[in-house]
Amino acid sequence: MSTVAAHDAHHDHKPSFFKRWFFSTNHKDIGILYLFFALISGFIAVALSIFMRMELQEPGIQIFDGLASIIYGFTGEAAIDGGKQMYNVFVTMHAVLMMFLVVIPALFGGFGNYMMPIMIGAPDMAFPRMNNISFWLLPVALILGLIGMFMPGNAGGYGPGQGWTVYPPLSTSAAPGPAMDFVILSLHLSGASSILGSINFITTIFNMRAPGMTMHKMPLFAWSLLVTAFLLLLSLPVLAGAITMLLTDRNFGTAFFAPEYGGDPILFQHLFWFFGHPEVYILILPAFGIVSHVISTFSRKPIFGYLGMAYAMVAIGAVGFIVWAHHMYTTGISLNTQRYFVFATMVIAVPTGIKIFSWIATMWGGSIRFTTPMLWSIGFVFLFTVGGVTGVQLANAGLDRAYHDTYYVVAHFHYVLSLGAVFGIFAGWYYWWPKITGTMYNEIYGKLHFWIMFIGVNVTFFPQHFLGLAGMPRRYIDYPDAYAGWNFVSSIGSYISVAAMVVFAIGAIEALMKKRPASANPWGEGATTLEWQLSSPPPFHQWEELPRVR
Amino acid sequence: MKRISASLLTILLGGGAAHAAKPEPWQFTLQPAATPIMEQIIWFETYTFWFIIPIVLFVLALLLYVAFRFRESANKTPSRTSHNTVIEVIWTAAPILILLLLAIPSFNLLTAQYTPDEEPELTVKATGYQWYWGYEYQPAEGAEEGVEAVSYDSIMLKEGDRESAGKTDMNEYPRLLAVDNEMVVPVDTTVRLLVTGADVIHAFAMPAFGLKHDGVPGRINEAWFRAEKEGIYYGQCSEICGKDHAYMPIAVRVVSKDQYNTFIQSAGSDLRNAFGDLVASIEADKNKKLADATAGATTTMTE
Repeated sequence: MSTVAAHDAHHDHKPSFFKRWFFSTNHKDIGILYLFFALISGFIAVALSIFMRMELQEPGIQIFDGLASIIYGFTGEAAIDGGKQMYNVFVTMHAVLMMFLVVIPALFGGFGNYMMPIMIGAPDMAFPRMNNISFWLLPVALILGLIGMFMPGNAGGYGPGQGWTVYPPLSTSAAPGPAMDFVILSLHLSGASSILGSINFITTIFNMRAPGMTMHKMPLFAWSLLVTAFLLLLSLPVLAGAITMLLTDRNFGTAFFAPEYGGDPILFQHLFWFFGHPEVYILILPAFGIVSHVISTFSRKPIFGYLGMAYAMVAIGAVGFIVWAHHMYTTGISLNTQRYFVFATMVIAVPTGIKIFSWIATMWGGSIRFTTPMLWSIGFVFLFTVGGVTGVQLANAGLDRAYHDTYYVVAHFHYVLSLGAVFGIFAGWYYWWPKITGTMYNEIYGKLHFWIMFIGVNVTFFPQHFLGLAGMPRRYIDYPDAYAGWNFVSSIGSYISVAAMVVFAIGAIEALMKKRPASANPWGEGATTLEWQLSSPPPFHQWEELPRVR
Repeated sequence: MKRISASLLTILLGGGAAHAAKPEPWQFTLQPAATPIMEQIIWFETYTFWFIIPIVLFVLALLLYVAFRFRESANKTPSRTSHNTVIEVIWTAAPILILLLLAIPSFNLLTAQYTPDEEPELTVKATGYQWYWGYEYQPAEGAEEGVEAVSYDSIMLKEGDRESAGKTDMNEYPRLLAVDNEMVVPVDTTVRLLVTGADVIHAFAMPAFGLKHDGVPGRINEAWFRAEKEGIYYGQCSEICGKDHAYMPIAVRVVSKDQYNTFIQSAGSDLRNAFGDLVASIEADKNKKLADATAGATTTMTE
């Protein structure tokens, strides 16, 4: 007995600070690093968007000419031109950071790394050292991207001003400076990070489930990560290929996308969106998983239609690979091609509908407690529905003719991402906060955070539907005066969201300072997944004796 | 049937009387239609709203009901139900049915957008440049001899140039939308539109016409439209193309066939005068109509 105890004590010995956080191979520590990293890049990405909303608050150019002269040292007329380019850079970097360095690291890298092995009863990830490098590629990707913002970009300006879609020739012949190369390399690194992470997740899930933990008993969050990992593994190499071709077009005289030498810019769009569409499901699927657990826990009911929920995610992932050209209806693809993509895209609404109704059915007949994570999850279900139905409209090529590249699209994808994926992150944040930190957060701050954010994002993004219908195109630094009204409302909404982020930070700091201890399972009998059987926070190494799942 | 309800809608939205289309303050609908295709788009959009708004309200109502009815204080013991095959089949089949109802008119609309009612009489090529548009007219086959090929650039009107261009009316020539030389097309005429890009990708968007086509370097996109109301219409470049992406608007003047013929015959040799005469002729028409209306009113009053 004593040897066992000594053995345990030995394993719970934590390495020194530097060794623990910089050379970490422990999935929980790496998960925390991912979450911390997502917070930092999230702060930058939000700041970028607030500058854009400040600029768009009224017609004309008010903010970015000044910013350009402060940051890049432009003066006079050149400051206006520099500001216009800088706005495009902010548009680009807001998207790149939010997707590759905030949402994926938070949901997939952060919560995924921390919770998935615990949930399936595994002691750690299959490849702990690879897990380490998956994470450490990301800070380098962030630094490369940020350096790119200060490098010469499109003619006469600084930074990558192409939008996250980096379509050639705007990203090749029209962008002579090295800014674009930095962004390409940044995307390469974050892609490599996600590919390595995916291999790790897939291997862990297939091989390291505890005895009795069959695939059909596996928690839905693990299912969502499994599907996400496959999407990443299959789509990212295509992106890597596409941006490598961009890189050689830019630097080594190839002409994959240069029409004057027989290349085709549309080829890039096909390759890009073959990755880009699965990417949006990569962002949202882990949020689906989290929301399922939260709703089940606080309704004190098992998930309704578990198998349907799991295979709906598989279906969304599979169909997600064959709908990419619905981003390209206006590029001149043929009528028959458009017909096919309309049809295929609409099919996705079916599994998505199954998920929405199953969440509601999980709550039906339950005994619902409205804790903070539950509020985020209910908010998620409703707002994702709003973003989902506008997605059904956009799927129709005939109607997309009017909507394409307007603010209607901006409103749509922010409803599913900013109000969908981000609400999923916050649901997970509050749900697992007691488990990860071992302290209880303050429900008042949590709920205040939710309500201010709920109002803020809706005031920000709902009026953007109207702007889009009236015809306002995306990625505009300045707009005709008729669009001023709704733009002003939208900007006010974004300031409200900033207030919510302040409450979020205060709530987190308060919880860490007050150190109200959290029990192993603070949520009661509704919380049935394995992480609630461990102490809060869990021991440095868990499941030294594998749990048996009946 | 579709046409009728679409035009009804247009009238309800106040578009029937408009002589032009541009965004309006606090607008929350699509711009009024100037082509049959846009009328169909508006009809289909309204049709989709009849599905999606009730769906959202239904989900909201369910959430509110569940949150109220099954709150912890009202329902202490949760049920253990986790399966119900019937309801699962229903919520899989119902969306499929709704999607079918959406898909049929959707495919009709899409097909219509690629099927002009008649062979276009006129071809205009729009080329996107960083950061302006170029228009090139190709006379129809068998057109009158001696008509010069017309091509010119269309650059956003600078605020300082309003006086000299005679475009001081901010309502008719809004900031960031007005240009020096508009594209000019005849009313009630099927026009073939070719779109391409010279340097990077741009997109030719004309909301009131239901048009949006990318101008991709090395490719030519073909579209068509048939404007049915005279007036001036505005759109903007709709694919990010660099720093002045927001400053390359698209303006189309739809004029009578006579005015168009006069314009196109002189535009090749003297563009400035051709536009001057065109605007003068439009103003004269407008004044004449106004005078007729006033005269009519006076007659009625004296009677």
